[in-house]
Amino acid sequence: MNIHEYQAKQLFLHYAIPVPDGKQATTPEAAEQAAKELGGDGWVVKAQVHAGGRGKVGGVKLAKNLNEVVEFSRGMLGKRLVTKQTGAEGLPINSLLIEKTYPIKRELYLSILVDRSSERIIFIASAAGGMDIETVAHETPEQIISVPVHPAAGLQGYQCRKVAYALGLKGAQIKALGKIMQGLYDLFLAKDASQIEINPLIETDSGELIALDAKINFDDNAVEAHPDIRAMKDAEQEDEKENKAQQFGLNYITLEGNIGCMVNGAGLAMATMDLVKLKGGQPANFLDVGGGTSVEKVCEAFKLILSDHSVKAVLVNIFGGIVQCDIIAAGILAAVEQVHVTVPVVVRLEGTNAEQGRALLSNTGLNLYAADDLAHAAEQVVAFAEAA
Amino acid sequence: MSILIDKDTKVICQGFTGKQGSFHSQQALDYGTRLVGGVTPERGGETHLGLPVFNTVQDAVNATGATASVIYVPPFYAADAILEAVDAGIQLIVCITEGIPILQMLRVKAAMADTDALLIGPNCPGIITPGACKIGIMPANIHLPGSIGIVSRSGTLTYESVHQTTAQGLGQSTCVGIGGDPIHGMNFVDVLSRFQADDQTKGIVMVGEIGGGEEEEAAEYIKAHVTKPVVAYIAGLTAPPGKRMGHAGAIVTGGKGTAEGKVAALKAAGIEVVSSPTDIGVAMKGCF
Repeated sequence: MNIHEYQAKQLFLHYAIPVPDGKQATTPEAAEQAAKELGGDGWVVKAQVHAGGRGKVGGVKLAKNLNEVVEFSRGMLGKRLVTKQTGAEGLPINSLLIEKTYPIKRELYLSILVDRSSERIIFIASAAGGMDIETVAHETPEQIISVPVHPAAGLQGYQCRKVAYALGLKGAQIKALGKIMQGLYDLFLAKDASQIEINPLIETDSGELIALDAKINFDDNAVEAHPDIRAMKDAEQEDEKENKAQQFGLNYITLEGNIGCMVNGAGLAMATMDLVKLKGGQPANFLDVGGGTSVEKVCEAFKLILSDHSVKAVLVNIFGGIVQCDIIAAGILAAVEQVHVTVPVVVRLEGTNAEQGRALLSNTGLNLYAADDLAHAAEQVVAFAEAA
Repeated sequence: MSILIDKDTKVICQGFTGKQGSFHSQQALDYGTRLVGGVTPERGGETHLGLPVFNTVQDAVNATGATASVIYVPPFYAADAILEAVDAGIQLIVCITEGIPILQMLRVKAAMADTDALLIGPNCPGIITPGACKIGIMPANIHLPGSIGIVSRSGTLTYESVHQTTAQGLGQSTCVGIGGDPIHGMNFVDVLSRFQADDQTKGIVMVGEIGGGEEEEAAEYIKAHVTKPVVAYIAGLTAPPGKRMGHAGAIVTGGKGTAEGKVAALKAAGIEVVSSPTDIGVAMKGCF
């Protein structure tokens, strides 16, 4: 789960991680008022969307006076911001963060995440901040330092000093960075984060360290235990269909093709998409209906798939495990009738009672085709999509 | 012989009296698994499915001599259940539970580091030696005792591989679903090394997917140590980067963990990689 920058910075403040003085605003008037209250003679207006790359596309603007604060706010609010991370539709700008500006001497990078190969929480830091860290890692890996933390020992002072010296910090900055890293570590553990990124962490002309940006992702498996974090969810920043799917316990991800896919199991769902592509088609979605495949779930799955109007044909691929194929077939049949599916639906059923299942789906008078095997099913659905 | 489990393996179930635990325990009993009891706190002394219920894993081990445990408890209780099994001296722990917070698994793995216990999963279908012992949620009837070792991060793709190797008449020695979570127990290499050492296993099917670097490690390992034929399949060529494809661990981040990269690593190690999931069985058959 993702949250907005302004929410992340509020969490930072609770963990004594310094952030710019700032206020959130949802109208141009509120933005102006926020700037007035913050004081000073320059502000930054930042669009609050769940995506990076905002600065390059006009989502972060420097205002030299209050008129510009209003003008920029008006220009952003209610619009959609398209960055390289959002896809073509972009994300709605419903809220802004107005912050004071700071004289920047250097831009650094600091993040904390779970490294799956070492099975440790690690800090990653670089003196090359303000840039895409993956580019830095690729082009100048020597500029990246990483520090793993043992779960029993926790974060130690020497680890913070190691990072501080690698970043070229001196004197009081060493302790300041230690406090920031400890704050990040405590926040990470307390709220079950999966990644926290500060890019850039700035060193001001007077030597202060401030988190100019803040990005936090949380472990979806743990969010249930954190009502305060769950309350920060902004559904408008997420794909509508993906949100809907979650409510019904379905795993759905929108793609850009025209062949809808409904599959049981995440691995098989991915493999089915790949197979559609291999046979010359384009999958419209990833959809894992899970184990039970009740009529209700299959109905909701069909509704989701068909709410994407580019879908010309649907491939249902079920490997009947414990649940028998004839029962699954009856469920699919009921769902196709209930949801009034009109596009061709190719069904591949395998497992216990597969033949009885296929028989149930044959000669129904509906636009429904029971395939003999998965390879043929994929070929058939691609042919239907091409003919449509 | 098979790997890890056989007809004599004594198994207990944690979360025995719950809905999942009850259903799959009955299936295991029907298959002939030597399930010898189960654990549900505060239900010790009862009988369930004709077997004794214990309050603790230690009680169950003391009374039954079980060496394996299967866990069907909800996600927020699963880390506790795994560590209870470790503490009681269980040698093989199979955790089916999906949705365990990653930081809990991180601590579990750290705590297991100085023990000999083996963990399969979490978020996996389990392990089966066809005709001998079934520990997990896989459908029994698709299996056939035979010569192919199957190891996979995905449940349904394990079934797919089983179905195809059964259809080819090859059958399976042991099938291990290592699970779809980013931090989990046994990895590909742990299972591959056992298949290599196992006489019954004549060929190996390895099914990977996007995310992490375990397939790449497996490729190196196979090149150096595995002499038996291996057929690999990697799911997720069409998965968009940055999106979690169902499994918590199935995500491409920062250009790492792509299907292309994994396929290339496996091919570079001389391993046959099928591009269609429907070709696994035929390709395996072709090796003999």
